[in-house]
Amino acid sequence: MITVPVMADLFAEGKEPDILFWVGSAGSFDDRAKKITRAFVKLLNKANVNFAVLGTEESSSGDAAKRAGNEFLFQMQAMTNIEVMNMYNVKKIVTACPHSFNTLKNEYPDLGGKYEVFHHTQFIEQLVNEGKLDFSNANLDINNITYHDPCYLGRANDEYDAPRSLIKAIGGVNLVEMKRSRNNSLCCGAGGSQMFKEPEKGERDINDLRTEDALETKPDVIATGCPFCNTMMTDGVKHHKKEAEIQVKDIAELLAESLGL
Amino acid sequence: MQFIPNIIFAILLGVGVYFFANNVKKLIRNIKLGKDVDRSDQKSERWANMIRIALGQSKMVKRPVSGFFHIVVYVGFIIINIEVLEIVLDGLLGTHRLFLPILGEGFYGFLIGTFEILAILVFISVTVFWLRRNVIKIKRFWNKEMTAWPKNDGNYILYFEMVLMTLFLVMNATDVHLQQSGTGNVISQFIVPLFHNVSFEGLHLIERIAWWLHICGILVFLNYLYYSKHLHILLAFPNTFYANLKPKGQFPNNKNVTKEVQLMMDPNADPYAAPAEDAGEPEKFGASDVTDLNWVQLMNAYTCTECGRCTSVCPANLTGKELSPRAIMMKTRDRLEEVGRNIDANKGTFQDDGKQLLGDDYIKQEEIWACTSCNACVEECPVNIDPLSIIMDMRQYLVMEQSAAPQELNAMMQNVENNGAPWQYSQMDRLNWVNEE
Ligand code: SF4
Ligand code: SF4
Repeated sequence: MITVPVMADLFAEGKEPDILFWVGSAGSFDDRAKKITRAFVKLLNKANVNFAVLGTEESSSGDAAKRAGNEFLFQMQAMTNIEVMNMYNVKKIVTACPHSFNTLKNEYPDLGGKYEVFHHTQFIEQLVNEGKLDFSNANLDINNITYHDPCYLGRANDEYDAPRSLIKAIGGVNLVEMKRSRNNSLCCGAGGSQMFKEPEKGERDINDLRTEDALETKPDVIATGCPFCNTMMTDGVKHHKKEAEIQVKDIAELLAESLGL
Repeated sequence: MQFIPNIIFAILLGVGVYFFANNVKKLIRNIKLGKDVDRSDQKSERWANMIRIALGQSKMVKRPVSGFFHIVVYVGFIIINIEVLEIVLDGLLGTHRLFLPILGEGFYGFLIGTFEILAILVFISVTVFWLRRNVIKIKRFWNKEMTAWPKNDGNYILYFEMVLMTLFLVMNATDVHLQQSGTGNVISQFIVPLFHNVSFEGLHLIERIAWWLHICGILVFLNYLYYSKHLHILLAFPNTFYANLKPKGQFPNNKNVTKEVQLMMDPNADPYAAPAEDAGEPEKFGASDVTDLNWVQLMNAYTCTECGRCTSVCPANLTGKELSPRAIMMKTRDRLEEVGRNIDANKGTFQDDGKQLLGDDYIKQEEIWACTSCNACVEECPVNIDPLSIIMDMRQYLVMEQSAAPQELNAMMQNVENNGAPWQYSQMDRLNWVNEE
């Protein structure tokens, strides 16, 4: 059982959480991403974090609309969300989606939404440092993990270390880097609203190329920190007919599993 | 009579500098056709960037081989220019090696020796570059935008450097006095035997010819810059200075849109109010031509060295899509040049020529929609050019002015508008995941 407090309920009781968990549209509706959402909540519960979600009051962050060129729709979404969050006096936000992370952190402030925003890997790392989560006895029956940097976490916001330090925190696993990693990482093909359309004509698909990079490391698991990368890499693994041997997992899922949650 | 060479020299120098100044004027005028954008903040960070990236070439060495040879050429280019100062003064004053008595034989010889070593290193490096382009055929120099002028331009400049360096060394080798004094001729002494049959007068003649060709070559080079990717040797400095300092994922929020959205969301605003008297022409959203871009984006276009590092890491290009970030920059420059010529031909005002940067003549919609906004091109560019910002401005134009997004994106946007998610799910179901284990 997971415990997921909702902002409106807390508000009615006159309470305020320490942090808002921004679930995001993918995390709320996509079947694969929902598992990531639950895994992250298990970690939050385990660490006794006083959090809440907006639930039905959350709406698309507007990232996809903005990258598609629809600045109107983006700003409408942003201002609607800001109105809700400011009403609840939100100060801190954590999200498992680098796209929401980027837009909330960088593009909301000048529309009136000033918050301290964390990617879930940054937040978990903080919980570890504060001693609220402990992976020193955690174990996974996995040898090689390779990590795919999401563009909107890595190059867009210069966060390369938090996800890596968490992977390394799990006992028994071996982090193997791809030839293109960190700021040289290759996109999975989903960003800039590509997630929602067919690719333009070309020789092959981007996720297929990126999966090839990952396969070269002979991984048991391809780890990501983004629901869209997860979809793209999962499709890529299927394309290469490796789905029996290789799993694509979010870091939150790996961590939750390693603690037997 | 004896002043004739000095006069000819002064005239050549004057003409060379005059044309160069004209080109610079045109360059600045064209860049100013762009919209305003404020990049006057964080001065110290900007200086640091310029020193690190333009002067220190920190991003060049990310690819160690080309980075190393590029630094050799760059250092050689700058230091050998000290010698050009002497050449110019000699030419104007009718002196010969003016600095020799001033600096003393030892130190002067040391300087000339350094220049000679650099000259030969530059020659070698430039040869390596030529081999990489033409024999090894490194892929990024053979993309489809690298034909005709861009391809030739890349080679011409290499030949140019080879010739200039050779002339410099021949000039020293045939300078009998310099060779006899035996200081500073570290490299040129090995060329001397080539001329052992030549009389004293002959040597003097060769020396003079090499001297004149060398300085004329430099003046020609100066004026070639404007038409070449080699404008980067000047523009890399302002370009890195004025580059974006915000996180790469942060795309600017369009201020005009903000005003309209605020008005729409304000419960107290009167929806039927007549627009303000001075509203004037409604602002165009996004960019379809060079004049819709900002001046930094236009300066980017002139700064682009056409090295293709951006394109070689672009996921869309790597998978065979039409998009190449380098081509975005090259087309922007070509169109800007065309607009500039149009203005020149029409007494200072632009006459509509039925063309736009976004359209069949230059950048096609297919290119714009292939981008994943991954920022790999921005990260990779050795002079901090931002091709992505141009792509995004064009998307805004296509969507907000033309409603010309791909069908699936229209569907996605409709979903966001109607139910607050890019897919067709009800907002009321946003919490269903809680109970779905
Ligand atoms: S941001 Fe766009 S143009 Fe630049 S590398 Fe990525 S996909 Fe290519
Ligand atoms: S934009 Fe930058 S990386 Fe791309 S070709 Fe021009 S100079 Fe090279």
